[in-house]
Amino acid sequence: MKKLKVTIDGKTIEVPENTTVLDAARMLDIQIPTLCHHPKLTPFGGCRLCIVEIKGIPRPVTSCTTPVSDGMEVTTSSPQIEDLRKTVLELILSDHPNDCMVCEKAGDCTLQELAYFYGIRENRFGGERRVYAKRDGNPFIERDMEKCILCGRCVKVCDEVQGVGAIDFTYRGFKSKICPPYEKDLNCEFCGQCVAVCPTGALTGKQWSLRGRQKDIKEIDTTCPYCGTGCNITLHVRRNEVVRITSREDTWNEGWLCVKGRFGYKFINSPDRLKKPLIRIKDRSNSLNDIFREASWDEALDYIATRLNEIKSKHGADAIGGLSSARCTNEENYLFQKLMRAAVGTNNVDHCARL
Amino acid sequence: MNKNITIQVCMGTGGIAAGGLEVLDAFESLMKEKNIPAEFKKECSMHKVGCRGLCARDVLVDVIADNRRTIYQYIKPEMVERIVDEHVVGGNPVSEWQVDEDYHKFHEKQVKVVLSDCGNIDPEDINAYMAVDGYKAVEKVFTSMTPEEVIDMMKKSGLRGRGGAGFPTGVKWEACRKAEASQKYIICNADEGDPGAFMDRAVIEGNPHAVIEGMVIGAYAIGASKGYVYIRAEYPLAVERLKKAIKDAKERGFLGKNIFGKGFDFDIKIKLGAGAFVCGEETALIASIEGQRGMPRAKPPFPVHRGLWGKPTVINNVETLANIPYIIKKGHEWFSSYGTEKSKGTKVFALTGKVKNTGLIEVPMGITLREIIYDIGGGIEGGKALKAVQTGGPSGGCITPDMLDINVDYESLAKVGSIVGSGGMIALDEDDCMVNVAKYFLQFTQSESCGKCVPCRIGTKRLLEIMDRITKGSGRQGDIELLEKLSSDIKAASLCGLGQTAPNPVLSTIKYFREEYEAHLQGKCPAKACREMLTYHIIEEFCKGCGACLRACPAGAITGEKKKPHKIAPEICIKCGACFDVCKFKAVGKE
Repeated sequence: MKKLKVTIDGKTIEVPENTTVLDAARMLDIQIPTLCHHPKLTPFGGCRLCIVEIKGIPRPVTSCTTPVSDGMEVTTSSPQIEDLRKTVLELILSDHPNDCMVCEKAGDCTLQELAYFYGIRENRFGGERRVYAKRDGNPFIERDMEKCILCGRCVKVCDEVQGVGAIDFTYRGFKSKICPPYEKDLNCEFCGQCVAVCPTGALTGKQWSLRGRQKDIKEIDTTCPYCGTGCNITLHVRRNEVVRITSREDTWNEGWLCVKGRFGYKFINSPDRLKKPLIRIKDRSNSLNDIFREASWDEALDYIATRLNEIKSKHGADAIGGLSSARCTNEENYLFQKLMRAAVGTNNVDHCARL
Repeated sequence: MNKNITIQVCMGTGGIAAGGLEVLDAFESLMKEKNIPAEFKKECSMHKVGCRGLCARDVLVDVIADNRRTIYQYIKPEMVERIVDEHVVGGNPVSEWQVDEDYHKFHEKQVKVVLSDCGNIDPEDINAYMAVDGYKAVEKVFTSMTPEEVIDMMKKSGLRGRGGAGFPTGVKWEACRKAEASQKYIICNADEGDPGAFMDRAVIEGNPHAVIEGMVIGAYAIGASKGYVYIRAEYPLAVERLKKAIKDAKERGFLGKNIFGKGFDFDIKIKLGAGAFVCGEETALIASIEGQRGMPRAKPPFPVHRGLWGKPTVINNVETLANIPYIIKKGHEWFSSYGTEKSKGTKVFALTGKVKNTGLIEVPMGITLREIIYDIGGGIEGGKALKAVQTGGPSGGCITPDMLDINVDYESLAKVGSIVGSGGMIALDEDDCMVNVAKYFLQFTQSESCGKCVPCRIGTKRLLEIMDRITKGSGRQGDIELLEKLSSDIKAASLCGLGQTAPNPVLSTIKYFREEYEAHLQGKCPAKACREMLTYHIIEEFCKGCGACLRACPAGAITGEKKKPHKIAPEICIKCGACFDVCKFKAVGKE
């Protein structure tokens, strides 16, 4: 592949064709602020924070959308560029609730972070703010559109990664807004990828509300138990309670999750959750009703082995069949069929996903 | 008896609105009804024509008899009988209904290229176009020129994009020609969105075949087999005529497969726009054709490399395309004989505002603004003083009377902080408040911003809010400087042309009329146009006590007995200006 030479802030690097100036700068560990950029999504160029100066181009250009050309000379920071970035940030904040004190995202918010680094305390551009009374009645995703900065990441992830296209930009001008068709409540598959990529508190999980901010949270990496895909997830734990699930971008599932993996964790702390094996016994007083008796794992496994042996000797091995679960990993499923074939001696083994 | 009579009725949108259809009907039914000799009827043809510019005088009717053209203005159906009796049959033109000197002055300094056939031929009849050498340019190109020769001719002609940016057409075509791809496209940008601009509409309504011919030539030059016309759905007549023209051109083999037996295929589709101003920006236009929301994307890559469906695409404006057949037919030397060193040919402007003759004009590049305003436009209405000429619509700026002798071309207008743009030209007089004018354009751009980038979406909103408070008398010290700072930041940081030019009206009016802004900060609108800053009062010595203002006042702020001077209670007055408008004795004063 053709290599292109680019000089950024005096440092030179060779990059493959079609590398953007932003990516090249990040390879050189040069910081350029961004809000709408997401490495897994196509460049947008909307927030205008990543503007840089390129020799020979009269006006600042967005580094996220500009491909490197050979011999390009880039300046990522100058008084004029920083001044423009500050204006842009002030403009965004002039149309933002700025209620970080009660915001779910505080401490984990890109906008808050940038406002801090640019030291924006006063705002020259105070004015009308978009006010939206209606909140979305869907069960999973809290949409606080007043906090939306229209970076478009949610729209892109829904379209480009999930292939759903549940939301898009609507209206024009200052009233522009991202919402589902006809401004109805969100009625999608609730994968929550939009929540994962939102840089502000505009999109959060409904069940995350008031469960604790990021700074108090212990992150534990594990594997999602829901299906054989085995996505890598990160449990956000506060006081021994899972309050949120995310996934890291450098995992094999690239940080993407489905509705179950992201939002289906309430069972963990549910009082109804099955934690010990139960053995079914007949209720002598009512033949229609079975009773479940708590047992130890040793007792339960002994019971299973005994019963399997009994059935096998009386009716033959093919009287037994085994059904595995899609929630098991490949390895677990392999072991299960091995158990059925080698230990029990039957080929009657199947999987719930085929039913 | 007259021979070879042709009656032409102006049937552009302006003509139809003024009753053109009814006038044509009246001619047709009268010719049938009246006892007119058969051989005479045979000699007499009637047809509709497109816009010829002076829309203010519609319905315009031409009666051409014995090669002598008589032009009538303000014609209504009931006037038709007399014209038929006295002129068509009797041979004596009705002198008092003929156009006056102004009509001729309006046309004298104009040079019509793009509009040369508009208003003369029936736009719905391909034969009429072919009778004036229509499609001869396509024939010439296909039978005797290579694509490279066509591009070379465009480059030599000096034709530049008429949509506003003025990019050389030949250079654009060449870049697309050189791009390697299995499929290329040519798009006609007919998403004319500037408030007050209607030249593209008039061209398509008046001569749609010229645009199609231009597209076929462009397609041949760049090697595109598919074309789109992106046109606003709000132009129903233009769409209808274009559809018919495409169908007719296809039947004659100027579109479709194997054009002129040269193995070249080209077809045109019409895509209706939904009235978004930003879709005139080429990347937003492409997104819209692709079925996406019309939002611009960053360039590069430019459409000539990655355009519609990711393929190399040339996007030309209607007026640009309509120039092309004439350049091919008459040669690049002819075309470049008009204009200035860097701006060649002619440009169509929509002349509006306070001039006497408003309408569509086509002038050679380099004509002075003075000639446009005073010769073509006939000067300012009511003998008032010209205050400024606003050009380029919401992306443009103002030119003051002391600069009236500048040449109207891309470079000269840019030098004084304005632009040619798509060709809007508004004359403003002493009654126009420059702050208010800038606010008007800003309102437009703000509500048409696509919302994608922050400086445009929020920045123009903040600009507008500052402008709004200035015009309402609550401007703050430092507001002018804030406007300047924010404007320059928006221009520098916005993604597309809309945001990059939206602050131009503000900057330009501050540059030339700063004192007017300052007066507003001190609570005065010098033009007395900003209603919120005015107080209304009755001038006792003029007031006849007729009660007209009292009846007109929606707030009940006016009291008074009949035949005695009335009074306005300032605490009740809502400053709507109804009393001022209704008073016949100039007895309502505003300060």
